[in-house]
Amino acid sequence: MSQIKIANLQKSFGDFTAVKNSNLTINDKEFFVLLGPSGCGKTTTLRMIAGLELPTSGEIYLGDEEVGMLRASERDIAFVFQLFALYPHMNVKNNLSFPLKMQGYSRSEIKTRVGEAAKLLRIDHLLNSSISSLSGGDRQRVALGRALVRRPKAFLMDEPLGTLDAEFRELMCLELKKLHIDIGATTVYVTHDQLEAMSLADRIAVMDGGEILQADEPAVIYNKPATKFVASFIGSPGMNFINIDQGISNEQSTLSIEGTNFNIPKQYEISKSKKNLFGVRPENLSLTHEGGLKGSVFGVEYLGSRKIVTVKTNFGEIKVKTNISTSVKINENVQVKPSNNNIIIFDGETDRSLKSEFMN
Amino acid sequence: MDTSRSYLEPSSFSKKLAATIIIVYTVITLIPISWMVMTSFKNVNSAISYPPEVFFEPSLEGYVNLFTNRSRQSQEYLDSLPPPENWYEELVRSREMVITGPSKFLGRYSNSMIIGFGSTFASVFLGALAAYAFSRFRVPLKDDLLFFILSTRMFPPIAVAVPIFIMYRKLGLGDTHLGMIILYTVVNLSLAVWLLKGFMDEIPKEYEEAAMIDGYSRLQAFFKVVLPQAMTGIAATAIFCMIFSWNEYAFAVLLTQFNAQTAPPFIPTIIGEGGLDWPAIGAGTTLFLLPVMIFTIILRKHLLRGITFGAVRK
Repeated sequence: MSQIKIANLQKSFGDFTAVKNSNLTINDKEFFVLLGPSGCGKTTTLRMIAGLELPTSGEIYLGDEEVGMLRASERDIAFVFQLFALYPHMNVKNNLSFPLKMQGYSRSEIKTRVGEAAKLLRIDHLLNSSISSLSGGDRQRVALGRALVRRPKAFLMDEPLGTLDAEFRELMCLELKKLHIDIGATTVYVTHDQLEAMSLADRIAVMDGGEILQADEPAVIYNKPATKFVASFIGSPGMNFINIDQGISNEQSTLSIEGTNFNIPKQYEISKSKKNLFGVRPENLSLTHEGGLKGSVFGVEYLGSRKIVTVKTNFGEIKVKTNISTSVKINENVQVKPSNNNIIIFDGETDRSLKSEFMN
Repeated sequence: MDTSRSYLEPSSFSKKLAATIIIVYTVITLIPISWMVMTSFKNVNSAISYPPEVFFEPSLEGYVNLFTNRSRQSQEYLDSLPPPENWYEELVRSREMVITGPSKFLGRYSNSMIIGFGSTFASVFLGALAAYAFSRFRVPLKDDLLFFILSTRMFPPIAVAVPIFIMYRKLGLGDTHLGMIILYTVVNLSLAVWLLKGFMDEIPKEYEEAAMIDGYSRLQAFFKVVLPQAMTGIAATAIFCMIFSWNEYAFAVLLTQFNAQTAPPFIPTIIGEGGLDWPAIGAGTTLFLLPVMIFTIILRKHLLRGITFGAVRK
């Protein structure tokens, strides 16, 4: 097991830059998730760590060794593919022993290791089955098993749960997490599903447009997003943004919007931009009849334990997560105001969140 | 009226119609072949009798004639010989002839085998490597190269017979097994590359990537993971290549005489006494048909899967 470090990593395909100047350190035994929308460069980053793509520039360290230009076969990592890539012409046992055969293990050693992996993943009764007879979840387990048997320096997983149906995905999510705790292997996991990322990760890196925007623990990513993109991509629904066509001065702690004063966390940064944004998550807003932003109810979504009320205001639609007991009617006039101090001001020019008492 | 039938299910009338058409078609296709097989079991007289005999007493004379050279002898000479040692000598003697030695058929037949299977193997092997490269790598001018490869089949190969004849004479490849294998491989290769590229494109590249991550080189991954999955394509390609090189006549006539002559130019030259020896020709053609037939039956399982390949994504 090893630490993985990437430094100034860049990958271009012709004119298109898939990964821009990325820096990242993934700690030993960490479950690290690369999260982002499709085309953000997360899979390309993972494939470069694996050695399936060669970087245009930059370095990749696996432990202390620089491996950026080594072949995939020389890196001692395991990769779990989205479509599993189990060899259809071999049965489960042969799929599991395939990586070991190359490394010249003895027959009995291979048998022991395959047996151990199969037992760990609870597929020991399937060893002689053909791949095509397996269910999606079992295929996933075999794919994991093939990665496990070699005891590699790190596991790389490219949306391994993407093709499973919702029920299986939840189950496999739990199993993956348990497996990671059991064997404590450095894992890099790529997904576009924030729920998967949140539930699995020790740390998450959010990527967009080939750049790593923020890499931190899930709670920090959620509560203290570094950029507007992170704030809107994470959370369901994402953060609300209100344009405040005014600059922010140091130590400022109130803000006037449409003539109403709102308390904001004490700001520690100055921004002169006229396009600054006032960001607040739906659960930190409440509906009221005075002292908030005026609007009318546009829609109500019932989520079982919560309701999401969409309010149409002069600043666009604002989503509010409310108690189930809140009853509002469509087109009813309501006001929206923050219920606590979890407010983030984003710089309109850079989309970066400004330092404040809350965002320290 | 049967209302339980689904809209997708053909009616029993159309099923019967389809079956009838298939049976009629099969019979029409099989008539020449069965006539050929029947001829091979006739004797010289019944083979050319008119009206043609459908029911006849089977004889192995055609096969004996195919494999032997014979000469006619006088009755006194035949009487002076010791009694025949086996059934085919007896059969030949009954025609007032003696066996003077084996015919050239076996040699021509094995030439066909060597050249047919040799060129099929070479075409499929080289075609698979080329198809893999075209399918996976960024090859400069890929489309142009593929078109160029295809363009070698845009004229009948025999159109270049004269230059090939001259080249082969200068290179000493005329009437050699190697020369014929090279020639048939060249003709088949474009077909092999195009057919196999389609199959290679269907195989997700994750398979060999997985193998490469598991410690295999690209070439090892190609042999252990890609080729087994391309079996359907390889089987289909091999059958097409085999049929072409097995049946090829024009180049075989032109370029081979003794050493490397294949069966197709040889069979029509089997001349009996006073005309063509039809039972022997029938026997030669029947035996000639067998290898391709067996080859196709062995690969049929893959071939059928090949037709529906890509229809269902696993």
